[in-house]
Amino acid sequence: MHAYLHLALALVLAPLIPGIVNRVKARVAGRAGKPVLQTYFDLAKLVRKGVVTSTTASWAIFAGPVASLAAVGCALLLVPGPATSAPVSFAGDFMFLAYLLGLSRLALILSALDTGSSFEGMGASREAVFSALAEPVLFLCFLSLAADGTGLSLDSLLAVSDAKPLGAAHLFVPAILFVLLLVENCRIPVDDPNTHLELTMIHEVMVLDHSGPDMAAVVYGASLKLWLFCALTVLSVMPRTGLSPVAAWGVFLAGMALAAVAVGLVESAMARLRLTRVPRLLGGAGALVALSLVLSVWR
Amino acid sequence: MELFGISLAFYALGAIAALCAGRGRLANALGAGAALAGSVVGLAAFAVAPASAVSQVVLPWGLPVGSLTLGLDPVSRLFLLPVSLLGAACAVCGAASLAGHDHDEAGHGGLGAHWCFFNLLLAGLSLVMAARDAVCFLVAWEIMSLAPFFLIGFHDDEVEVREAAWTYLVAAHLGAVCVLAFFAAFWAAAGTTGFDALAQAAADGRLAAPSALFLLALAGFGAKAGFFPLHVWLPEAHPAAPSHVSAMLSGAMISAGVYGLWRAVELLGPAPLWWGWTLCAVGLVSAAMGILQGLAQGNLKRLLAYSSVENMGLACLGLGLGLVGRGLDNPAVAVLGLAGAVFGVMNHAAFKGLLFLCAGEVLHAVGSVRIAHLGGLGKRMPVVGAAFFLASAGIAGLPPLAGFAAELLLALSLLAGLSLPGLLPRVAMAGALAVVAGVGGVALAAFAKAGGLSFLGAPRTPAAAKAPAPGPISRAGLLFLVAAVAAAAVFAPNLLGLAGPAALDFPGLDPAPARAVLAEAAGVLASVRAVGGVLVVLVVLLLVLRRRLVAANGARREPTWGCGYLAPTARMQYGPASFVEPAARVMGSAMGVTRRLDMDTGYFPARARFTVTAPDRLRLAFFTPLFEAVARACDAAKVVQHGRVHLYILYVLATVVLLLAWKL
Repeated sequence: MHAYLHLALALVLAPLIPGIVNRVKARVAGRAGKPVLQTYFDLAKLVRKGVVTSTTASWAIFAGPVASLAAVGCALLLVPGPATSAPVSFAGDFMFLAYLLGLSRLALILSALDTGSSFEGMGASREAVFSALAEPVLFLCFLSLAADGTGLSLDSLLAVSDAKPLGAAHLFVPAILFVLLLVENCRIPVDDPNTHLELTMIHEVMVLDHSGPDMAAVVYGASLKLWLFCALTVLSVMPRTGLSPVAAWGVFLAGMALAAVAVGLVESAMARLRLTRVPRLLGGAGALVALSLVLSVWR
Repeated sequence: MELFGISLAFYALGAIAALCAGRGRLANALGAGAALAGSVVGLAAFAVAPASAVSQVVLPWGLPVGSLTLGLDPVSRLFLLPVSLLGAACAVCGAASLAGHDHDEAGHGGLGAHWCFFNLLLAGLSLVMAARDAVCFLVAWEIMSLAPFFLIGFHDDEVEVREAAWTYLVAAHLGAVCVLAFFAAFWAAAGTTGFDALAQAAADGRLAAPSALFLLALAGFGAKAGFFPLHVWLPEAHPAAPSHVSAMLSGAMISAGVYGLWRAVELLGPAPLWWGWTLCAVGLVSAAMGILQGLAQGNLKRLLAYSSVENMGLACLGLGLGLVGRGLDNPAVAVLGLAGAVFGVMNHAAFKGLLFLCAGEVLHAVGSVRIAHLGGLGKRMPVVGAAFFLASAGIAGLPPLAGFAAELLLALSLLAGLSLPGLLPRVAMAGALAVVAGVGGVALAAFAKAGGLSFLGAPRTPAAAKAPAPGPISRAGLLFLVAAVAAAAVFAPNLLGLAGPAALDFPGLDPAPARAVLAEAAGVLASVRAVGGVLVVLVVLLLVLRRRLVAANGARREPTWGCGYLAPTARMQYGPASFVEPAARVMGSAMGVTRRLDMDTGYFPARARFTVTAPDRLRLAFFTPLFEAVARACDAAKVVQHGRVHLYILYVLATVVLLLAWKL
C-alpha cells in the first residue's frame, strides 16, 4: 500500500505547486499575490461550469484533455517515492514514462487542432517540435544515471544511497532535469504561462477554446505533469542514506516546495527566450548531459 | 504446410481466374475473392501451427538447377503473417474502391490484369518467405518484384504514375542484381543451391569474401526494404499506386527486404563485429532521416512512405543489435534486438496498412491526399478518422498499443548494451537510444500533423466539406485491421511468445540465457499491458464523469474564438507547411524543406506567391544526375547499334575470331 503513497500525495498536492510558483512571483514583484490554494479554487469552479465547445470541433476536443490527464496519471504510477518504490517498476520503465507523457502530449495537440483555430495550430506545432527535441535529452539524463550499472528501473536510477554513490551524473542531471521541467511544462524561459494573447506562447494557446470540465482536466493534468517533473528533479538529487521514512518524506516534500520556489524565481528573474533560441537551450542541455553520460560510463 | 499450400493455390487460381474474367466486375469479384480466401487460409495456417514448429517439403521442379524446396519455421511464419493479414484487408478495401471504377478508363488490362498481378504479388511474397533454395528464392523474388510494377502503374494515363512505376522497376532490379550476385557467389562456393548447403559452406569457411557478400546482401535487400539512401523509390511509388496496393507494398513487400537480410546474415554464419555495427548505423540513419523527411511532407501518402523508411530502419537496428550481441557474447542484447526487429515489422505492417487504407478512403472521398486540401474529415468519416488516429498512435510507438512494445524491446536491447565491455560500445548504445527517443518524438509530431490536419479542424476545400463516408465493405476491411491492432495490444506478451522462437532460432545464439531474457521481457510487457489497461479504464471513467458534469451544467456550441477577428476562414488554419515551420527552423536542411517566395520588391507589390516543398534532396542531387549520366553513356554507345545488318555480321565474325585467338 505504501507504494501508492506517492501517487496519492501527487493527486492531492499537485495543484499546490502552481500556487507556490505564483505566490513567489507575486512576492518578488512586490504584490501580495493569489492564495496558494488558488488552483484548487479554479478547479472547483471549472467542474461546476457548463461547457462551450467550438462548432468546428468533433469528439477530439473533449477526449483529448481526458486522455491527456489519464496518461499523466498513469505515468505517475511509475515514479517512486522518497522512501518507497513505485507501484509499477521494471528495467527500462523510464521509456514507458516518456512515452506515456508523449501520449498525453499527442492527445492535447489533437484536441487543440480540433478547433480549427490558427492560434491553437500554432501552439500545437511548437509543442510537438520542442517536446520532440526534449525527448533525447530526457533519455540521456536517465541513461547517464543508469551508466553506473546499478539498475535500469526508475526505482534504482533515482535512488541516491550508500549503494549508489554520487557521481558525475548527479552533478549535471538534476540541473538538466530542471531545464526539462521548464521546457516540458511550458514555463519561462520557453513559454510564459501568464500571457494569453501573445504569439510566443505554447501551452496556453492550445487550450484557448476549452472550458468547464474540459479545462479542469487540462489544468489538473498540467499540475500533475509539473509535479512529476519536480519529483524527478528532487529525487535525482536527494540523498537517502540514514534517513528514516518519515524524515525522507519530509525532505522530499520540502524539496518539492523548493523546486516550486526555484521555478518562481526563474520566472521572476528571466525574460522569455526568443522562440528560435529554445532549440539552442535544449541543444546546450543535451551537450551537457551527454558529457555527464560519457564521464559516468568512463568511470 | 498443407494450409500454406492451399493458400498458395488460391492465389494462383485467383491470378488465372481474374485474367480470364475480363476487365470488369467479374474480375474484381473473382480476383479479390481469391486473394481474400488465400489470406484467410494463410491466417488459419498461422493460428493452428505451434510457435516453434519447423517443416519442409521438396517438390518436383522442371529446371536443371536448384530445387523447389519450401519450408516454414518461426521466422517465415512471422513474416508471412503481415502478408495474410494485409492480403485480406487490402483485397476487401481494394475490391470496394475499384467496384465503382470505370473499367474502360483503367489501364491496358483493366481490373482483370490488376487482380492477376495482385494475386501474383501475394503468391510471390508467400514463396519468398518459404523458399529454402537459392534458385527458388530468386524466382519468387522476381515475381514479387515484378508484380508491383504493373500494380503501381494502374492509372498509367497519368505521367507521374508512369514515372513512379519506372522508378520502382529500376530500384527493384538494381536491388535484384545484388541479390542475384549474392546467391551466385554463394552457389559458386557451395556447389549446390539449397539453403542448408549454403549455410554449411559458410560455416566451413569456403566463402572467398564473406564481407563482400554481406555488403551485396545489404545493398540488394536494403533497396527493397528502403534503407537510406536506397529509399528514393518509396516516396515516388506509394503515392502513385492505388491505396490498397500501397498498403500491401508498404506493409508486406518492404518487410521482405528485412526478411531477406535476416536470412542472408543467417546463411553467412559467424560474422565480424563490424557487420552488426554497420547494420545499426544504417538502421539509425534510415530511422532518423526517414522520419525527418516524413515530417516535412505535405502529401499524406508520401509522409506515410517516409515513415516506412523510419520503421524499416528500426528493424535494421534490431537486426544489427542481434549481430553485435552475438558477436560480443551478450545474449540479452542479441535476442531482444532480434525480437524487437520482428515485432516491429509485424506492428509496422498492421499500422501502416491501416494508415494507407485510410488514406485511400480519403483519396476516394476528397480526390486528393494533399493535406492542404483536407481538414475536418473526422466528422464526415468518423470510422476512418478514428482508425487513422489509432494507427497513428501505434506507429508513433505510443502505449497502450503494441507499437510501444516493439520500441521497448529495442530499447531494452540497447539498455542491456550499456553493460558491454569498453567505453565505445556503451556510449554507442546510449547514443543510439537517444536517437531512437528523438525519432519517437519526431514521429509523434509527424503523425499529429498527418491526423490532426487531415481529420480535425475545418475543411480546407469544398471537396473535403462534402466528403462522403466510405461504404460498408471498405469499413469492414478497416475494422478488421482495427480489431487486429486492438488484439495485438491486448496480447502483446503472447505475441512476444511468438516472436521469441524466431529470435531464438538465430544461429550461434546460446538458447538458455536467451530464453531467460525473453521470459523477463514478457514480464515487462505484461506490466506495460496492466498499466495500459488502467489507462483505458481511467479514460472511460473520466469520460463518464465528464458526461455527468456536462449533463448537470449544460453545454453550448459557439464558433471558434477568433481572437477578435470576425471573418476567419478555413484557409487561415495552420496548414502542413506552417505546422512544420518550427521544426524546419532547426532541422530544415535534413528535412529537405525548400521555400520559394515570388514577390516584387516595389512599393505596390502585385500578387505574391510563397511555396514550401520538401523534395528528396538525395534524389535530386545524386540519383537523378547519376541516372542521367547513365542514360547519356547508353546513348553514346548507340553508335554501334545502327541497324546495318552486314556490319552486325562483321561484329559476330570479329567476336568469333577474338575468341578463337584467345582460346587457341
